[in-house]
Amino acid sequence: MRSRRFWTYIRRHRRAYLLGYAAALVSIAMAQSSPWVLRLAVDGIRRHLGVGPLTMYAAALVGLAAAEAAASYVMRWSILAAAYRVETDLRREYFAHLQRMPLAFFERTPTGDLMARAVNDIRAVQRFAGVGLMRSVHTVVMLVASVAFMLSLNVRLTLWMLAILPFVTLVFLLLGREIHRRFDAVQAQFSSLSTRVQEMMSGIRVVKAFAREPDQLARFREASDEVVRANLRLARAQGALWPVIGLILGVASVVLLWQGGGAVIRGTLTLGELVQFSYYLARLSFPMIALGWVTNLWQQGRASMTRLDEIFAQTPAVADPPAPLAAGGIRGEITFRRVSVAFDGKAVLRDVSLVIPAGRTVAVVGPTGAGKTTLVSLIARILDPTDGQVLVDGHDVRQLPLAALRAAVAVVPQEPFLFSASLYENIAFGTPGPLPPLRGPAVLAAAEVSQIAADAADFPLGYDTVVGERGVTLSGGQRQRATLARAVMRDPRILILDDALSSVDTQTEQAILKGLRGVMAARTSIVIAHRISTIRAADRIVVLDQGRVVDQGTHDELIGRGGLYADLYERELLREALEAAEPAPAAEEPGDGGPS
Amino acid sequence: MSAVFDEDPILGRAYDARLVRRLLGYVRPYGVAVAVSIGLLLLASLADLAGPLLYRVGIDRYIAPPAGSSARSAGADFRGLTTLAALYLVVLACGFGARWAQSYLMQAVGQHVMADLRAQMVGHLQRLSMSFFARTPVGRLVTRVTNDVDALNELITSGAVAIFGDIFTMVGIMAVMVWMDWRLALAVFAVLPVVFVITERFRQRSRDAYRAVRTRLARINAYLNEQISGMTVTQLFTQEPRALRAFDGLNAAHLEASLGATRNFSQFYPAVQFLGALGVALLLWFGGGQIARGVATLGVLVAAVQYAERFFDPLRDLADKFNIFQAAMASSERIFRVLDEPAAVLDAPDALPVRGLRGEIAFRDVWFAYGDVLFRDDGAAAPRGARRSGEGDWALRGVSFTIRAGERVAIVGHTGAGKTSIINLLTRFYDPQRGQVLVDGVDVRALAQRDLRRHIGLVLQDVFLFSGTIADNIRLGNPEISDAEVQRAAEQTGAARFIEALPRGYATVLHERGAGLSSGQKQLIAFARALAARPEILLVLDEATSSVDAETEALIQRALSAALRDRTAIVIAHRLSTVRHVDRILVLHKGRVAEDGTHDALLARGGIYAKLYRLQFADLD
Repeated sequence: MRSRRFWTYIRRHRRAYLLGYAAALVSIAMAQSSPWVLRLAVDGIRRHLGVGPLTMYAAALVGLAAAEAAASYVMRWSILAAAYRVETDLRREYFAHLQRMPLAFFERTPTGDLMARAVNDIRAVQRFAGVGLMRSVHTVVMLVASVAFMLSLNVRLTLWMLAILPFVTLVFLLLGREIHRRFDAVQAQFSSLSTRVQEMMSGIRVVKAFAREPDQLARFREASDEVVRANLRLARAQGALWPVIGLILGVASVVLLWQGGGAVIRGTLTLGELVQFSYYLARLSFPMIALGWVTNLWQQGRASMTRLDEIFAQTPAVADPPAPLAAGGIRGEITFRRVSVAFDGKAVLRDVSLVIPAGRTVAVVGPTGAGKTTLVSLIARILDPTDGQVLVDGHDVRQLPLAALRAAVAVVPQEPFLFSASLYENIAFGTPGPLPPLRGPAVLAAAEVSQIAADAADFPLGYDTVVGERGVTLSGGQRQRATLARAVMRDPRILILDDALSSVDTQTEQAILKGLRGVMAARTSIVIAHRISTIRAADRIVVLDQGRVVDQGTHDELIGRGGLYADLYERELLREALEAAEPAPAAEEPGDGGPS
Repeated sequence: MSAVFDEDPILGRAYDARLVRRLLGYVRPYGVAVAVSIGLLLLASLADLAGPLLYRVGIDRYIAPPAGSSARSAGADFRGLTTLAALYLVVLACGFGARWAQSYLMQAVGQHVMADLRAQMVGHLQRLSMSFFARTPVGRLVTRVTNDVDALNELITSGAVAIFGDIFTMVGIMAVMVWMDWRLALAVFAVLPVVFVITERFRQRSRDAYRAVRTRLARINAYLNEQISGMTVTQLFTQEPRALRAFDGLNAAHLEASLGATRNFSQFYPAVQFLGALGVALLLWFGGGQIARGVATLGVLVAAVQYAERFFDPLRDLADKFNIFQAAMASSERIFRVLDEPAAVLDAPDALPVRGLRGEIAFRDVWFAYGDVLFRDDGAAAPRGARRSGEGDWALRGVSFTIRAGERVAIVGHTGAGKTSIINLLTRFYDPQRGQVLVDGVDVRALAQRDLRRHIGLVLQDVFLFSGTIADNIRLGNPEISDAEVQRAAEQTGAARFIEALPRGYATVLHERGAGLSSGQKQLIAFARALAARPEILLVLDEATSSVDAETEALIQRALSAALRDRTAIVIAHRLSTVRHVDRILVLHKGRVAEDGTHDALLARGGIYAKLYRLQFADLD
């Protein structure tokens, strides 16, 4: 285990590990002493020992066993518990590290991958830190002690055992490697089975449309049969592992009976010593197996820690400057100075310069892919520009403390994301400090402005209704209005609506905008929108196309110039006319009651 | 993957008679193999039992014969011991063979049961209606078919049958000990009640602890998964510290549960070990006296000690098995939930077979909504989610039209007008709530679904390509379509040109849904696929794709005109060029047929089509 981070975690809990190892030594010492008592007892019985000494031996055995059990408990408890603490620390820092990662990181790293590391790799590290570290020391000491005691009893017999027992480790490692190889083959087949199911289910529409179910099922069966075959190949090797190890240990036991018994017959060993020896043999068996096992744990733990370190090695791209400017009250003037943004060499914004005075409302319009979202993402530093500067109140945003900047800017994104929490908690999400009192005036006001208040009243538990992925399913419009309430609740100096009302109907949008004008008076707003009424209400309109600002001005000015804006405007008028049009034949509602 | 995290694991009892009975149904076909496996397991247990007995014989006869037995020479004793050792080796070899064969056999049973179960699940999923797939994430289905079924394997291979072995070993040891010396046996058994109490307590605690650990870990993972998805929101609202505090809370709860489980384990193993030692001490104390009184021999004592040590292993195993059972019950519950999912679109019991179609299509007052429809007290119906009847989620509201056999019709309309629903109903991916969809004058619900679909070709805009060769994708696994027919279909649609330019031609293997092919090429394959099936009715979803260049556009148009020849066709059109190929245009608006006529007539009318034309077609053409 090379990872420096791993050992840092272990060091944090070194007392527990040291205590555990001390207990391990005590437990081994006790475990090694009881065979000796047993030998005295057996030899005593052969010499027709009285009841008194026999009782004493029995009592000694019980005492030793009690001490061993106690020490063994302390060993397990302190080391295994420490490993769980290591796991907890590791998981916490993993999450805290992810929190510092920029958007680009999450875009190139699939959530599934991050989750796999959080679930499987952290567990593998925990197992190594616990069972692995505990067993490695315990095993080695137990091994050395057992061999030493065996040697002190009978060298010849010990050599016999040492000739046989290493096969256990050998088998464990060699067969283990073969098992590992076949296991990989099983995993590969298994994943192609998964892919097959994935494909069948994603393409179910085509399969059904062409009535190809039997053929698909046959293909699935093929993949399934491959899995069976690979698994049976694995079973042949894996099924042999423990029987083979049992066989080797059994052979050792036979040789002990044969050679050890012979020694007793010849009088070079007492029966008690033979019994004692057999106990050391038993004490040696487990470490022989554990040796192979610990090796595996160690390998898995190391591989997993490497995967985790890969994530830890990612440095946050958006970081606070080394010496951030003191952020006074932000007024909300925004300046783009020759800003360019490129993703993978592809230009999204080209040389954009723009000034948005504090307190004004600006609408940004343009066709899909014009760079509107990218433009507004720069203000709260969801992204940093490739070139040029974004200034707030004349300061480059990269020179401002990130927390202060983001406290002043509220973004309502295109894709409304709500957490699996109550509606109330979602609205109050961004408020600093403890949550404001439930149904406090601020929450109610934000809900009112965003027109989500009426919906909340309809929910089963009102504002306490859990929404998000594991809660009540909200409509697209409801989600957008809830995320808007969350932003309004922050009382930001700069409010950015990134096409945030697209699923809200026209009347509701008008009501929202009217309410916002009151709340947002004297604050800067940037609105990306399609609806004409929304756009016209802005102080100024900025037209983006292919990453450039192609025009800006008031609605009338832009219409007068007759460029891209005029086109967009005309299409939007058509769209709105279509949406408003009612088809001629008015059909009846179904149902026995007739029209309602 | 993510589907795994979005639900709390079902944690119930380790034994649910209903589930077990149902699971046993899958094992029954392999009854013989299971019986043989149990036999082998008993054999292996017997071999295990023989070891200490042989030790006893060795000690009492050769190594340390009790005083008074006839004395032999040391050489004779050693020869006897050697024979005994050889016998022991044979027993070991038998035990080894039996164990290996048994484990392989059970694996084979387990694997075949899983394969059967998987095939049944997939077969069942194929019968479910599209509404099921619309509301169920694909990832979840994949998990059900793969991982959940896998969890059952352990139950079959190392759970259920192994318990027989454990119980047999314990009973066997008890029997042999009683037979050897019942008083010594009683001394060991004195410890048993305590062992049982401890094991039972451990079992209960570990069940609770296991449940707590699993649920809390699931909570952590669900939280983490959500936080990763919503990370930008958390960052923008500078709520990282609060999220971290919440995470700390979950993490701490999991730690607490883990520590509880660990403490339980840490106590149990040393305790059982101690009780074993206590048994040995009792044996020694009581057995020593017995030997002194000449009632027992040293060999019996040594054998009894060995048995006492082995006696506790199966007990420990039994406790471990508990977890396997619990996980398997949870998985089987989820598996059966999928198997019990009813198919919403069913064939009528007397469904008519379809031999051939003329191709006449009629919709008669069709009302359709994707969600469930609630029937209200006043008898009126409204889709769920609609606040007031008459508004909301109806996709089609009383649609009626007729398309003659051989007629080519384009359906146009604004987003949400209900165009796709027409195709969904015609192919019976869904059934309407009211009204009738007729093909050749027969309600489609009276026809066998798969028969019907065999005569209706479908070209979707989002072309789905399966892994396999290009020919496989055109033929879609239908062995009745010959290579020549595949090629003819490709030639008709103009796909042949690019396919034959590929180094391996029709045998080119496609990876990852046709990565490497342009979207236009994929479209051409989709047309060839539809033509190769020689349908009497062709449905084409031609949503405007912004990323198609002029050359590809021309290719697709050629393919389309070839495909529309000589059959009834409905094209959901978004391009003016597409509309040029049809005889008639149906304009859908807000779920109703608003206009019906030829391109010129509709344009002249200046209604919805005229607006749509200007909005959608004007600058794409």
